[in-house]
Amino acid sequence: MTHLNELTISAARDALRKGDTTAVDLTMACLTAMDAGDGLNAFVHKTPEIALDMARAADARIKAGDAPAMCGIPLGIKDLFCTKGVPSQAASNILKGFKPEYESTVTTQLFNAGAVMLGKLNMDEFAMGSSNETSCYGNAINPWKVDDRQLTPGGSSGGSAAAVAADMCLAATGTDTGGSIRQPAAFTGIVGIKPTYGRVSRWGVVAFASSLDQAGPMTKSVRDAAIMLGAMCGHDPKDSTSADLPVPDFEAALTGDIRGKKIGIPREYRMDGMPAEIEKLWADGTAMLKDAGAEIVDISLPHTKYALPAYYVIAPAEASSNLARYDGVRYGHRANLKAGDGITEMYEKTRAEGFGHEVQRRVMIGTYVLSAGFYDAYYNRARRVRALIKRDFDQAFAAGVDAILTPATPSAAFGLGEMANADPIQMYLNDVFTVTVNLAGLPGISVPVGQDAQGLPLGLQLIGKPWDEAGLLNHAYVLEQAAGFVAKPGKWW
Amino acid sequence: MSIDIDTARKVAKLARIRVEEAELPALAQELSGILGFMEQLNEVDVEGVEPMTSVTPQRLKRRADVVTDGDIQAQILKNAPDAREGFFAVPKVVE
Repeated sequence: MTHLNELTISAARDALRKGDTTAVDLTMACLTAMDAGDGLNAFVHKTPEIALDMARAADARIKAGDAPAMCGIPLGIKDLFCTKGVPSQAASNILKGFKPEYESTVTTQLFNAGAVMLGKLNMDEFAMGSSNETSCYGNAINPWKVDDRQLTPGGSSGGSAAAVAADMCLAATGTDTGGSIRQPAAFTGIVGIKPTYGRVSRWGVVAFASSLDQAGPMTKSVRDAAIMLGAMCGHDPKDSTSADLPVPDFEAALTGDIRGKKIGIPREYRMDGMPAEIEKLWADGTAMLKDAGAEIVDISLPHTKYALPAYYVIAPAEASSNLARYDGVRYGHRANLKAGDGITEMYEKTRAEGFGHEVQRRVMIGTYVLSAGFYDAYYNRARRVRALIKRDFDQAFAAGVDAILTPATPSAAFGLGEMANADPIQMYLNDVFTVTVNLAGLPGISVPVGQDAQGLPLGLQLIGKPWDEAGLLNHAYVLEQAAGFVAKPGKWW
Repeated sequence: MSIDIDTARKVAKLARIRVEEAELPALAQELSGILGFMEQLNEVDVEGVEPMTSVTPQRLKRRADVVTDGDIQAQILKNAPDAREGFFAVPKVVE
């Protein structure tokens, strides 16, 4: 028998509408699973009272016949989203104790649609990391396990990925600046989509790199991603970069028919030293789309290898500006000062105590590349390379390509702590397949397609045309159906 | 381009992050490593390419320049580490 917390959004929605279950029962099942999952350190602020109040309100709406698809669906919310009256600290000590007086647009929309918040989810500090090891709450842990080691759920949305994969919630919100939805989704065998830049409002989401950040859903199926994305996106006057475009019915776009569509396979993504398992997964996925009637074409995205260095100039530059606001004055942590300490000491001590090592490193790199004398050499050059990376994609789509298929990650989930002594660049390489998509502002989705020899999940990424989330989700749906990935982590926690 | 200890000290100062003198050599080395990785960008021919300012070609929306919010002093001060008499309080700024 399927427990209620194991349901997909679509199955729960149908059961709620038929009266086979209630939002309160679904929520209770998730709260129980959440408490039993403490060992994974995915939920870092639990809100059971709020959840039950929201569930009761959802049940009333369903009874009254006023039930959008997300009504009564229990979700986990990444700690990066500001939620009114509930701790929202971006997994950083500098925001310790911060309880926003306002609600982010994304969570407002989800809650207006009737969704239920179970609590806040672990992540890398300020979304800077690929393994959830930079969090002030400690590591989130992957529910997938093959030996004695504890594995990373990926990052930065590691808590979201772990909570969804372990069935502590039906779905979760994530955010993606360089791969932070898609890489953890691939590491945990779930679906994660980063929409086109501007599709989802960034208002009330703690900013990391504003020209790259996008929120998106992390779910158990492509259909769920379509349903939840529909509730998250739309124009928001409070975010000047949010697009004033109609939101299509993404679920209705899942026809399963991709006959005659052109799928691009970019040759530059075939990296030196790519593990044979990833190579095979990619070939298998290509064959699945071909069998479904798509035309496979080789394409070239010549500036791919410059995406990571460009990203690691642009993202820290924007972060150093965005994080300047954490100064110990208006919110969050302020250092204890000695007699005679002035305002400069207050800033410097507060930021040294409040920011973790990786965040400090990126703020300083960003400060350096924006400083007088280096702005042109680093920051402007990176922005010009970014324009070329986007042009590569524009040319591929102009040549008739409908979607692009690539691996999601260069490996399966690795062990927590295994990268502790590695060069920071080694950790950055996790984003090698995903970061191009943020730089070009495109939608990208990670779909679980297979398992490695040890049994760990592996994902493929599909990249879509700007604003074509509907088409992209349909391609992902075909891949999901063909791959038939149904494996679940054995419960050890 | 490698970062020496003086540059690391200067960057930390600009970023308003206190770094102890003893930690500067390690910081300089770390930052140099990351900048070395970025040097790859010098291989790219960017002649005639404009730096990207917006990833989606759209005009930013304008709105009427009117007050839409206000009278929320208590909410604004609610999360302050030190608020007094309706203001944020900070250590002495001017001698």
